[in-house]
Amino acid sequence: MPDQSTSAKLAPGAGTDPVDAISVRDVTRDYRRPRTSLRHPSPPVHALRGVSFAVPQGQRFGIVGESGCGKSTLLRILAGLDRPTSGSVAIDGRDITGLRERQLRFVRERLQLVFQDPMSSLDPRMRVGDIVGEPLVAQGHPNRRERVAELLEAVGLPTDVADRYPHQFSGGQRQRISIARALAPRPKIIVADEPVSALDVSVRAQVLNLIADLVDELSLTLVFVSHDLSVVRHVCDRVAVMHDGQIVETGPTEQVYEEPQHPYTRRLIAAVPTLGKALSGVSAADLNREYRP
Amino acid sequence: MSALDTETAVKSAVPAGRRRRRPMTGGLLVGGLIVSVVLGMALLSFVWTPHAPTLVNPSARLETPSLEYWFGTDKFGRDVFSQILMGSRTTLFVGFVAVGVAALVGVPLGIVAGMGSRWLGELLMRGNDLLLAFPALLLAIMFAAVYGASTLVAMVAIGIASIPNFARLIRGGTLQVMKTEYVIAARAAGRGPFAIGLRHVLPNVSSLVIVQASVGFAIAVLAEAALSFLGFGTPPPTPSWGRMLQESQEMLSSAPRLAVFPGIAIAVAVLGFNLLGDGLRDRFDPKLEDRR
Amino acid sequence: MTPVPDTAPASAQDSPDDVLAVRNLEVAVGGRKLVEDVDFTIRAGERVGLIGESGSGKSLTALSIMGLLPEDLRTTGSVRLAGVDHDLVGADETRMSRVRGKEIAMVFQEPMTALNPTMRVGRQIAEVLLIHRTRPDRASARAAAVELLAQVGLPDPEAAAHAYPHQFSGGQRQRVVLAIALANDPALLVCDEPTTALDVTVQARVLDLIVRGVEDRRSAMLFITHDLAVVATVCERVMVMYGGRVVESGPVREVFTRPRHRYTQGLIGASDLSVVDDRGRLITIGGSVPPAGHFPAGCVFRNRCDSASESCATRPDWRPTGPDSGYACFHPVPENGAHRTGVPMNQEAGRA
Repeated sequence: MPDQSTSAKLAPGAGTDPVDAISVRDVTRDYRRPRTSLRHPSPPVHALRGVSFAVPQGQRFGIVGESGCGKSTLLRILAGLDRPTSGSVAIDGRDITGLRERQLRFVRERLQLVFQDPMSSLDPRMRVGDIVGEPLVAQGHPNRRERVAELLEAVGLPTDVADRYPHQFSGGQRQRISIARALAPRPKIIVADEPVSALDVSVRAQVLNLIADLVDELSLTLVFVSHDLSVVRHVCDRVAVMHDGQIVETGPTEQVYEEPQHPYTRRLIAAVPTLGKALSGVSAADLNREYRP
Repeated sequence: MSALDTETAVKSAVPAGRRRRRPMTGGLLVGGLIVSVVLGMALLSFVWTPHAPTLVNPSARLETPSLEYWFGTDKFGRDVFSQILMGSRTTLFVGFVAVGVAALVGVPLGIVAGMGSRWLGELLMRGNDLLLAFPALLLAIMFAAVYGASTLVAMVAIGIASIPNFARLIRGGTLQVMKTEYVIAARAAGRGPFAIGLRHVLPNVSSLVIVQASVGFAIAVLAEAALSFLGFGTPPPTPSWGRMLQESQEMLSSAPRLAVFPGIAIAVAVLGFNLLGDGLRDRFDPKLEDRR
Repeated sequence: MTPVPDTAPASAQDSPDDVLAVRNLEVAVGGRKLVEDVDFTIRAGERVGLIGESGSGKSLTALSIMGLLPEDLRTTGSVRLAGVDHDLVGADETRMSRVRGKEIAMVFQEPMTALNPTMRVGRQIAEVLLIHRTRPDRASARAAAVELLAQVGLPDPEAAAHAYPHQFSGGQRQRVVLAIALANDPALLVCDEPTTALDVTVQARVLDLIVRGVEDRRSAMLFITHDLAVVATVCERVMVMYGGRVVESGPVREVFTRPRHRYTQGLIGASDLSVVDDRGRLITIGGSVPPAGHFPAGCVFRNRCDSASESCATRPDWRPTGPDSGYACFHPVPENGAHRTGVPMNQEAGRA
């Protein structure tokens, strides 16, 4: 199914080569804050402080963390939309740090993003067909209409939606459109940033199933970012827990969930309310208990 | 979810096809009506005027309004009504040229300033501020002194002076659009800055452009009148409401109506464009529209 | 949630313990009903959850109780509050302002927009006390404000009282909002998705504070959210809303372990991420939530329900199963039947 000619050219030895899909080595990212004093420059914000991990081909890798932990910055760097202050990032074994926009073309074809908010991630003035086909335009794809129809079908939407505008769809349907767009350039890596946290409960499971199916069928590598451990637990094989710009714990999802080692991970797991916990008598005070040092 | 819930609930209760349209406000309606009347007058003047507007008729000087001369005649015996009709053409021409120049330069400038590096953006905007500090009329008078007085020269000058208004507004809109996830998605899909500017930014700031254009139109009409009044605008014999006003001033005590008709025409036209601009803004303002 | 004859005056049969009595509440815009026949009672000290997805009408219900709906929405029915001698539906702004912040208080989803950014938080709390004359003078109101900030667990309440809202984190702001809401010991606290915008660990903290706050005051609480687990943790009783109607209600344990309405069953299945079928797929409800006011006639859930039949085209009656419980469904889940693992609902249906 993948476009053999391009993928073979761009990723030498893809398939058999054991090279990691993503490898992040000691990445830091500092932001300058605007000056508030004439005498001293403002202290920089350390969004990422020495982050390292690797995602082998075909793995479903989860990143869990709360707001401000640096996960969004990390995603932008993975996608080549931002540069680390130090350290290196390699996609399919090729270092992308320090590459110019033009040289990042292979990243644009190998790695695609799915965003959290299905409202703001689709251009309100474009038709669905054009939105999904946009990455194809960038690639100069010859058969755009056909490919768009194929993609819409793959995400469970009727092909006649191509002529409509995003505001005519519900949140779950928009997220399907967003996923179709991400799949358009036949990427091998999908980076999903909280893709279901803005969705209604009754459609969340549909979208999670869809993502799982597509990852299987197309043998994709998935990086799944969420604040919700239970979602990551269902989706991912391996998880990294981020806190304060660092990865504090990483391991197979089940293991991290069952035997969390780092105090922060323990706190995080204890604080998640679940139906099961609640019905066995866990109160709000109990959820909070772990929180206090 | 909750704060927006009510709003979405109310919005989605309206049938889907009509959801984005809001009812016509009174201002929009009146503004649109006035602007279409001015447009109609200009079109009409191509095929019909009661009298030749520039025809000097010594036997019918300073006639009072009558069935023959609806708004009377001026001191050369020219029919005032015909001149007003004809003058609407000048008015529209003036608006189109000034707004065209301002938008053609200001919109790309704003988009570039909003999409480029922060350094480039700041540089462009400071240049913009410099131009903004320069009085539009003074610029027009300088242009007239250099290139000679003509409607086109005056309006190009007014247009140049209005560039900052467009550039500033569009830069603000661009900065907002550039932060959205659909732009990030487009970048991640490998679209270049030119394609993003054209396909994502421009359509999403177009409502700002329309609104600013209608306001700019009103400013230009007023500026033309002022310049013609001062003698730096439309040279005779082309009829212009501003120049009619200027010519009427020596007869102000004996024939005040010569000032009244072009004065009313200018005031109503400007009001119309302003109402239209305000109405369009209320209707299209992205801030009012969807933060759904 | 007892069905009440339409015309009966609400107060006639309510016990003195009732804090809030909502009868036949309806919210409509342009002839479209967004909320319909909502009917429930909350007693003193009781914590009741209202669960629903987008468009379910849960927030509109909360806002109509508070009298905070925009003018173009028409509210009918009756909302009575203990200690208030008039109906809250249709009450004018002057009368409502005497009730709000005193008898009923509300915690919103966005703490930033609920606070005045130009006022120190201590003053904002003190103001609520002074407006309703709960404290005689400024000095005692100030002292009470600091005390309230301490109660919601802000580390240095004196300093906090002097700070502006933007100097706090999201969770701390929500605690300030809670302090304001609890300032006058309201008889009823309405919480509309109070922790949805917060991180998990912060959510745990705020939920704990909310529960303790209402327990200490023996206040009743109406807690609105889309999150089943949060409701199950915080509330004793739950009402499930869908398409502007309450489709099922009852004690938390009962509703979540033995749901009767097919929607409740589906919702529980879809939110449980630990249960998968033999192909490793999550249980789903087909289709998507229609926009508010565009739900099918008859049973609002029938276009997404696997058990729907022709009879569902007419509106199902409320079937009481206890004093505060019941459901509205023609084909309920059998009483002894499917537990949480449930009957798998249909797979993926990408209807547009």
